[in-house]
Order: sequence, then C-alpha cells, then structure tokens
Amino acid sequence: MTRLSDNVISRLKAEMLVPDLTGTRYEPVRMLGRGGMATIWLVRDTVLEREVAMKVLAPEAGSDALAARLQHEALVLASLEHPGIVPVHDAGTLADGRTFYCMKYVQGKTLDEFSQGKDLREGIELLRRVVEPVAFAHARGFVHRDLKPENIMVGAFGEVLVMDWGLAKSLQDAAGPPGQEFRVAAGDRGRTAHGTVLGTRGFMSPEQERGDQHEIDERSDVYALGAILRFLADGANEHLSPSLRAIAAKAMAKERGARYSSAIDFSADLNHYLLGQQVVAYPESLIEKLARQLRRHQVAVGLVLVYLLMRLVFILFSH
Amino acid sequence: MPEVIFLPFSTHGESFPLTRYSVVAAVKSSNEAERRAAIDAIAAAYWRPVYKYIRLRWNVQTEEAQDATQDFFAQLIEKEFLATYDVNKARMRTFLRTCIDRMMMNRSRDAVREKRGGGAAHLSLDFADAEHELAAASVPASMDEFFEREWVRSLFGLAVERMKASCTQAGKQKQFAVFEACDLVDRDEKPSYVELARRFGIAVTDVTNYLSLTRREFRRCVLEQLRAMTGSDDEYRREAQALLGVDPK
Repeated sequence: MTRLSDNVISRLKAEMLVPDLTGTRYEPVRMLGRGGMATIWLVRDTVLEREVAMKVLAPEAGSDALAARLQHEALVLASLEHPGIVPVHDAGTLADGRTFYCMKYVQGKTLDEFSQGKDLREGIELLRRVVEPVAFAHARGFVHRDLKPENIMVGAFGEVLVMDWGLAKSLQDAAGPPGQEFRVAAGDRGRTAHGTVLGTRGFMSPEQERGDQHEIDERSDVYALGAILRFLADGANEHLSPSLRAIAAKAMAKERGARYSSAIDFSADLNHYLLGQQVVAYPESLIEKLARQLRRHQVAVGLVLVYLLMRLVFILFSH
Repeated sequence: MPEVIFLPFSTHGESFPLTRYSVVAAVKSSNEAERRAAIDAIAAAYWRPVYKYIRLRWNVQTEEAQDATQDFFAQLIEKEFLATYDVNKARMRTFLRTCIDRMMMNRSRDAVREKRGGGAAHLSLDFADAEHELAAASVPASMDEFFEREWVRSLFGLAVERMKASCTQAGKQKQFAVFEACDLVDRDEKPSYVELARRFGIAVTDVTNYLSLTRREFRRCVLEQLRAMTGSDDEYRREAQALLGVDPK
C-alpha cells in the first residue's frame, strides 16, 4: 500500500475540501469557514475580476435534502433584496456534484466580536439596524429562525448584514424549507451540529424548541432579537435599567402573544429607551416617571434651577 | 432492491461487491460469503492501526504483536464480536479498540496461551511495511489520537490504491501519475503546475484538468470507504466532519 506521511495526509485532507471549480468562472482563494453542512470559500470571479464568497455543500453532505436546503437558501436570499441582507450572485451545481451559491464577500466582524468592549448604547443602536432587514423579510413573508450574534456581520464601513438564511421559513409555507430533518440543532452558544431541528439554543424561541412549526412566525424572530439584546447587555457588563430589562423580557416572553407583535414594535421601544421616553414594556410609577423626566431634561432643569437660585440670591441681597 | 456497493480493498488486494449499505451491516448478514467479505474489508482498513496500536499501547515485540493482530481478526470472525456492535452506542473505532484491549488483557492473563491451530483464520498482512511506518511515525500525544491518526492513514492509503486501480483500468495512468507527483510527495512545497507540465510533457491546462479529475476521484473513494465503514448516515456524517474538520486557513 502507498505509504502516506503526516504531511501528505494533511495536504490530502485540505484538498478534499476544495470545491471542484472546473468549468466555472471561479478560482478558489481560501476557505473562510466551515459549518454543519457547508463550507464557505473565498473565490475569485475571473469574469468580473472580483472576490465573492461561495457557499458549497460539504463533501460528505451528499443528500438531496441538504442540496435542496442550500438551493432554498439561495432562493430566499435572491428574493430578499435589501442593503442589510447579503446579495446572492450565482447558484448551481459544481462538477463534483456539489450544490453551491455565490454571494457578496462581506469583510468585517460578527456582532459577538464587534460588540466586545463597546458600550450598551452603541450595541442597542446597532441592534435597531439589525431589525431593519429582519422586518423587511417579515414583510416579504419570511422568518429567519436563526438570529444570533454570529449571524450578524458588521462591515468595515459600519454596514450591518443579517447572514445565514438557511433556516428561513416562508410564512405561507407551513411545511418550512426542504431538508428539515437535517436542520442545525443547538449545541453550546455559537456551536452547531447536525441533529434534529431548528436554531441555536439560547436564541431560539420556545415554539422552535418544541418543534412546533405552526406556531412559528415573526414573533419567533422577536424572541431572538430579545435574546441578542440580553447578550449585548451581558457583554457590556453595565447595570441594566428596569425599562431595558422589561424590553428584553417582553421580547422573550414564553407565550408569543405576550411578545411585541412585530420586530418594528420592538425596535420602536428600544428607540423610546434611547430617547429617554417611557417604554411600552414597563409601566412606571409616578416617582419613576418624574425621575426619568428629570434625567431626560436634566440640562433644562439645571438651567431653571440655576436661574431660580440666582433670583433668590438677588432678592436676598436687594433686601 | 438493495444498492450494490464495492467494498474497500480486501487484504488480498481485491474488492468484493456487497448488497449492503455498509460493512457494519454486512457483518450481520446470514450469507456466509458476504459476512466473510465484510470482515475482510474491515481487516483491510484496520489491520495497520490495530497492529501499531498493539505494538505501542501494549508495548509488545513485533512477533507477539503480529500474532495478536492475527488473533484479533480471527476472534472477530470466530466469536462474532461485530454482531454485538451497536452503531448507536459507539463509533466502530472505539468499539474495536475496546475489543483489542479486552483481548490483550486476556492474553496477558493466560499464562499458557494456546497457539491457534491450522483451522484458524489467517490473514496475509505485510507487517514489515507496517513496522517501517511505525518507525517513521511521530510520538503520539495519546493512544486515542494515535489510533485515530493511523486509521486515517489506512483509509487514505486504501483510497489511493483504489484510485490507482480505477485509473489504470480506465487507461488514465498519466492522470494518476500527475496526482501522485503533486499531492503524494512528502515535501512541504508542492511542485508548480508549470513544473509538472514540463515533467510530464503536457500543457498546464492538462495538469489542472488531471488534478481536478483525480482529486474528485480521490474524494469519492475516501467518502465511499468511510460510508462503508460506518453503520448509519448520522455516524457517516459525524465521521466525515471529524475527518475533514480542518481549521479554516
């Protein structure tokens, strides 16, 4: 038998992963990442002379269901043209039989990387921008179902993109996308593996955990957005105000009827918080309302107090 | 109708058609010929890791390790160990390693060991070659890692053999030779496509095409062997991911 050194084995392993781009307009550059069912490669489009990201089915993922799932993902992306959703450029089957699609190569950091060392206010402003493409998808009848910090990219110029629409479900199609049986299941946060159903534990709604397909709607994504808010708050290590805690709690309510009815409502309440206004999720007492108003208008209140103090001093001295 | 698959090379250097999805399923077959062929395929894929594992883990000399390796595969056949293997409980490799350890413990316990008689199964194995490989192997961090690494070496080695045979059969010896010169050389730097083209007297585009074809074939052979050596779709996927789980570069 041919004797293979450790060196040769490492090389053969690496070669096995390289997509067979014979007959295509692409050349492989390097691997960008590897997930449960697919690898993502940086490839060079030799016609348009630019680099794009190619998502290609893993060599071992030879089932029709997984190929159908990747095709579904490409179709979902193609139907969602939005600045916050990565555009798809091409899709098809490679010479080695593997399904692929090409998308814009986004350079930047995932939200979990980007949010490190940032203050919470900045994180919340970013989260509001995540809501925009999510709400757009909802309006087009799609639920993402796997929103988490690792699936949100912050580009080099501050652009925010929601990635990985492989679990997206059409609200018109109760059965969900093809390849359901191979859906990524939850492991530890950020780790996914082949398994039974659905998203990532810690970010997926109770109805997703139960595998209750008919219960899943845009409020399932609202749950995930609430979980991301909590993730950002934990990372910022700041004291959470009761109103912000209430926003996260409302978004992550166990019963979907108790959550915000839409991602836009969630975002609007975050905006109330940022502007120092009363949030829908938290009914304030009179004292809390007064304290918030004082905080909100502290400059004006300060000026009035200084004015009154000066008047008082003037009256005292004039007598 | 069951799909016919060809097993990886047997220890005799041939392949045998099976009407089973995997050898793990075939070892439980009621058909004697099919069962023996499946055991033979498992022996072909595992004998080197088994032999090297016995040599290192149990610290025994070459002759005793050779005897123990033969003994191990004979017991696999005679005692039908594999019939008790449950794909849902452990990986095939873990199961086999447990069997080896159990057998070696029994061998050390038996003060007077009965030598196997003429009727016992005896495989034709190239132990001298395995010894050379062992001498060249780096010191393992753990025996788990060692067995894993040697299993991958065996799997890839068999895939290369199989690919070589299929290329020869199809009259594509030059394609295989280019693959061998590019991907199987033990050097840090691979030869450039221009260098390969000059060496084989072909165009650079031919080098690209040949490598594309042979690498595709190699991938197919490895995955086919892996599929044959696993008991379920789920195990196959996990094994393939573990095998190919290289860090992105």
